[in-house]
Amino acid sequence: MSGFTDRADAALADPILKIAVERTAGTAEAKRGIAVAAFPDFDAARIRAAAIKDHVIAHLGHYLEKFEANAVAAGAKVHWASTSDEACRIVIDLCKRANAKTVARSKSMLGEEIGLPHALAEAGIGRVETDLAEHIIQLADERPSHIIWPAMHKTREQVSALFKAKHRSPHEEETIAAMAESARRQLRGEMLGADVGISGANFLIADTGAICTVTNEGNAELSLVPPRVHIVTAGIEKIVPSMPHAIHMLRMLARSATGAALTQYTTFYTGPRRPGDRDGPEEMHIVLVDNGRTRMREEGLAEMLRCIRCGACMNHCVVFRQIGGHAYGGTYPGPMGSVLTPVFDGLPKNRDLAHACTLNGKCQEVCPVRIPLPTLLRGWREKSWREGLEPTSMRFGLGVWAWVARRPALYRFGTGLAVRAMRLLGRKGWIGKLPLAGGWTRYRDMPKPAAQTFMAQYQRERRK
Amino acid sequence: MMTRNVALFVTCLVDVMRPRIGFAAIRALEAAGCDVVVPQGQTCCGQPALNSGDRDHAAALAKQTIKALEPYEAIIVPSGSCAGTIRCHYPEIFEHDAAWLPRAQAVAAKTFEVMAYLDEVCGWKPEGVSVDAKATYHDSCSGLRELGIKAQPRRLLKSIDGLTFAPLAGEETCCGFGGTFCVKYPAISNAIVGEKADAIDATGADLLLAGDLGCLMNMAGKLNRKGSKVRAYHAIELIAGMGDGPAIGEEA
Ligand code: SF4
Repeated sequence: MSGFTDRADAALADPILKIAVERTAGTAEAKRGIAVAAFPDFDAARIRAAAIKDHVIAHLGHYLEKFEANAVAAGAKVHWASTSDEACRIVIDLCKRANAKTVARSKSMLGEEIGLPHALAEAGIGRVETDLAEHIIQLADERPSHIIWPAMHKTREQVSALFKAKHRSPHEEETIAAMAESARRQLRGEMLGADVGISGANFLIADTGAICTVTNEGNAELSLVPPRVHIVTAGIEKIVPSMPHAIHMLRMLARSATGAALTQYTTFYTGPRRPGDRDGPEEMHIVLVDNGRTRMREEGLAEMLRCIRCGACMNHCVVFRQIGGHAYGGTYPGPMGSVLTPVFDGLPKNRDLAHACTLNGKCQEVCPVRIPLPTLLRGWREKSWREGLEPTSMRFGLGVWAWVARRPALYRFGTGLAVRAMRLLGRKGWIGKLPLAGGWTRYRDMPKPAAQTFMAQYQRERRK
Repeated sequence: MMTRNVALFVTCLVDVMRPRIGFAAIRALEAAGCDVVVPQGQTCCGQPALNSGDRDHAAALAKQTIKALEPYEAIIVPSGSCAGTIRCHYPEIFEHDAAWLPRAQAVAAKTFEVMAYLDEVCGWKPEGVSVDAKATYHDSCSGLRELGIKAQPRRLLKSIDGLTFAPLAGEETCCGFGGTFCVKYPAISNAIVGEKADAIDATGADLLLAGDLGCLMNMAGKLNRKGSKVRAYHAIELIAGMGDGPAIGEEA
């Protein structure tokens, strides 16, 4: 695939994308603002949320063992995967052992991260997405562009056209109700016929071995209840010590994501069906995935493991709002994605992401677990510099500038020259074309500097 | 009134592009009873290197800046982003340097953005200044989020006779400048500042005010390119009674 700048340019050239992103992210921003203002002391709650996660990350081994023991006691089987390939292999093996022709999948970012849709296709296993937006993405053969609203880059009009082309008995009216009905007709039968359900987890609760999932469509339940076998895939950082901690995190998650007090469906479940239960899977498997997470802890990215995938950082990001999620090129977009993608996909291919940020700090301000995203991005920039990945022109330019800036007398001479040169290019008060700053003057004018630098004027006045 | 012996850190951008801001800062500080010196050892705080990932050069420039500024009682900066670099990032740069960390922390602790200093530390207000215009204010990101600058400039500006205000939609939203961001990703930066310029125009204000020259140049440059009549000033220029001079991009 092309690089970040090309993808961003393509996104900027798409007026419909801009409308679609603005509708969803703009609404989310406004609603979060109202929800947070109505919360008694949101900052104290953020501090507590961050502390809960920090504690867990510092004692990850302890809580994972506890979770495993309790999940097993409840009848689940726990599997461990250190890479995405291993995770997919475990899931595919489980599906094959269950003789699965189709799986009902509920949206999970971890599933995207490890490439599960692709792995299922390769293994010849059919996949029905229970999340409406994921269904849209599947029909369009695209990747999610947001972690909460995978199809946020599509307008209702585009979705309607897609359904009309791909559904067996599509809607006739252009209303949301009719479109939803069309999706229901398409999906229901497939969902109920699935042999295996695969879902993610928002929280893993250590002291009970329970899983917590939140959705707005109740679709996690559709992958969890009807199929005979249920597989949960979750990142190891999803753990919380106990139910009260999970409840606190849920309050932060819902408000930060959509501005709602709670998500429509919040489900806790522990183990498979017990004797006497009327429904639920016969077998339950939990696949706990590392995929770089312990490495993050060692490499100065431990704070990123606090992330509860609420999406607030991207909804409030000026860059995301202009280019949407696909431009970031990874599973996770926006500020959190720019920190995470180099972990999964290497820095050399993704050095642009660390730079494609104005360091304005809004993402950190809204993050419910106070992740210092700008600092972490600056950390990637430093690594990229140390490893020689930054362009030579940049290294050379900054080197010369710093060398001069460390010699104040020479620096004053240089700035004096620069001012005179710039003034020659100006007409009236503005410069319309500035060599070496073409990126600036392509879109905006540059004010003409004053005749003398501050330092020169100040020296002259003091001599008088 | 006690005189304060303060150093002005001019910032490289003000030095080269708009010296008036430096002189306005001196004028306001003197009116507030400060004795202002401009230490000659200063050049740039090193922020461009720091934000580019070039930690060695950032540290070298930080050391030079610390040496130039540490003898003074307070260090005053007419830019939230440069003040933020010294206050928040110098101690980070020398996190593992036992010799320089205390010096960085000491300088950080006495570095202030000029309007925050005038308002919070000096408790000063402009007197006898009048500007007959309607202004709108953009909160630059570093000042706002690293230093908590929000009420201070507004309090100072409210003491100016004749100046009225129009609220700016998205006043806390980044203008897309971001230091080197605007030249590295000009198209994205342009899309962001384009929206900002439209929001500024929609206020119906005559003047755009802010506390950071980088952001002001970005917004004023875009406003000029789109033919807007809104004129841009650093807020300290008005506060110091220098609002009758040329706006950014106007011939003196
Ligand atoms: S980084 Fe923070 S704001 Fe962004 S998705 Fe994660 S928890 Fe939410």
